Amino acid sequence: MPPISDSILIVLLLTNFFVLGTANLRAAIRAVALQGVLLSLLPLFVESHATLRLMTLVGVTAIVKGAVIPALLLKALRDVHIGHEVEPYVGFVPSLFLCAIGTALALLFSDQLPLAPEHRAGLFVPASLATLLAGFLVLTTRRKAISQVTGYLVLENGIYVFGLLLYQAMVVEVGVLLDLLVGIFVMGIVLNHIQREFSSLDTEQLSRLRE
Amino acid sequence: MVVYLIIVPLLGALLTFVLPSDRARPWIVAATAALHTALTVAVIRAPDIDVSDTVWLRFDALGRLVLLVISTLFLICATYCIGYLRVRAERPNRIFCTALMIFLAMTSLVALAQHLTILWVGMEATTLATAVLLYFNQNRRSLEATWKYLMIGSVGIALALLGTLFLAYAALIGLGEPVLLFSDLVRRAAHLPAPWVRTAFVFLLVGYGTKMGLAPLHTWKPDAYGEAPGVVGALLSGAMTTCAFLALLRVVRIVDAAGQGRFARELLVVIGLLSMATAAVFMVGQRDFKRLLAYSSVEHMGILVLGIGIGGAGVFAALLHVVNNALTKGVLFLAAGNIHRAFKSKRLEDVTGALRRLPLSAGLFLAGFFAITGSPPFGPFVSELAILVAAIDGRLYIVAALYLILLAIIFIGMGSTVLAVVQGVPPDDAEGRSFRESPFKTVPIIVSLALVLMMGIWIPEPISALLHAASRLLGAS
Repeated sequence: MPPISDSILIVLLLTNFFVLGTANLRAAIRAVALQGVLLSLLPLFVESHATLRLMTLVGVTAIVKGAVIPALLLKALRDVHIGHEVEPYVGFVPSLFLCAIGTALALLFSDQLPLAPEHRAGLFVPASLATLLAGFLVLTTRRKAISQVTGYLVLENGIYVFGLLLYQAMVVEVGVLLDLLVGIFVMGIVLNHIQREFSSLDTEQLSRLRE
Repeated sequence: MVVYLIIVPLLGALLTFVLPSDRARPWIVAATAALHTALTVAVIRAPDIDVSDTVWLRFDALGRLVLLVISTLFLICATYCIGYLRVRAERPNRIFCTALMIFLAMTSLVALAQHLTILWVGMEATTLATAVLLYFNQNRRSLEATWKYLMIGSVGIALALLGTLFLAYAALIGLGEPVLLFSDLVRRAAHLPAPWVRTAFVFLLVGYGTKMGLAPLHTWKPDAYGEAPGVVGALLSGAMTTCAFLALLRVVRIVDAAGQGRFARELLVVIGLLSMATAAVFMVGQRDFKRLLAYSSVEHMGILVLGIGIGGAGVFAALLHVVNNALTKGVLFLAAGNIHRAFKSKRLEDVTGALRRLPLSAGLFLAGFFAITGSPPFGPFVSELAILVAAIDGRLYIVAALYLILLAIIFIGMGSTVLAVVQGVPPDDAEGRSFRESPFKTVPIIVSLALVLMMGIWIPEPISALLHAASRLLGAS
């Protein structure tokens, strides 16, 4: 595995921390956009021949994950006139701490797993697991619906990284396409309805249904 | 041949989408459902039709069984919908009917899928279709339920995708290529590296377990079933969860072939009992009868995975319980939907004396309660007893004891709420009396209950053969 891909993955891990640590929602969405751009570069290191499939994957990933979805989220943020603060349930320092522990565990755990010879040196598996975990943390500790969507996108990015190890199986594309459907159509539409009904995107208001 | 089962409902979806009439659409849904059931029965009656169009979609015994369950329940629900949507004439039903048809197409896809990625695509599409169905009432409460369902469901489905990728990676290392066809994986499973198989199983269990609503991943269920129309609750608890269970069964078969069956079954027993216990805690003293049914669904999903976890004869019993659970949930949710409509509430404070106001629906609700809690002579009695016997045969005495205790607690807890609904004197309001128990809103429930009763007294030969073939497919003798 060429070291450039590892450098990209390390930047990806750092953006995880940034998404968790920033108090500004707009900055968090931009960081997710950066992750999308980083991810779009990764297939170039998995496949050495410049096939049509490879170029399409790179292009579509960059456009969808790096531009379209973040732009939609930023637009939703502008339209609803909500504050740009993140408002976490768990403070920034504890969540960063949890993320650090998660990243360390991901590194340890992927050391235990048997890897194909060509993947042994690279960071793909630990980076994938750590990103997944960071996304899960954002998803569960944030109050605003847009923050939760941001977390979901980070979680998906983790899965995308792992999918690249299986480049020959064509599963990456399926994942991207269907997550697109969830990301844009469903969450976009539902966010819109939440905003119309409650005049806010604070999921704290979504708390009538309790035992 | 096989693909018609998916194409027919998709054409139905197209038709309901372009048709301008709100009155005609439910009839299209019901007609398509009838055609789908006819096709399913035709295919099941002709075993030599096994030849597949592709290697990815195919009729094996397990798929046939699930397809029969889905198709029958959907036909019952679609017929009920004709009456239901007439009552809700104030609401446009284009999106609802189209989503119903897509739901049927995608659940059929899951039943036929022989490839892990196709199976996953089917489950994902089913999730999207049900999100639309859940939001039918378009108010704040249903919006909240839909949001929770989407967030929790999407995370579940994402984890299932990761589990699928892990299995593919196991195949890449062990077999040299990322195989994802079930038959190939099962045949060559001995070469799959154990750590990846175990990790994959945990992720797939969490992912598809979320869709099934196993505790502690069930939190979307009470909200979703509480706010959705009764007919959507019936489809979710009878068809969608059955599809998720099928996905889990396919995975368990692979893990078993890879020599990790013991690990998988221990996890299934624990999560099964945990689901039953969680359901028991929330069912005792439950004041909302639709949420009560949601917890009942958590309980029965627990019973299903418990049966598989026990293994041996438990596998056959669990498959039988798939059929019984789906049909009984049809009775309960549709009858509860009628009661909810007539009283305009689902809380015990407002709903009493349902037997006086709605003798038929309340009677069916009561019968459904006895059936689902395992009273003879209904179907669930047979399958729940068979799981108990399998546990004792397998010398799992503590499991058997816990199972019995939890069933007893749930019977008492559920009974007190159900009796409070049906007994007593109805509140005196003129508006509530306007609800009519028209044939479309009652006959489908009666048919469903009759099928539950039949399954308890006499299992028809083709169904019994199908159950045996399906449990052989899962490696049980």
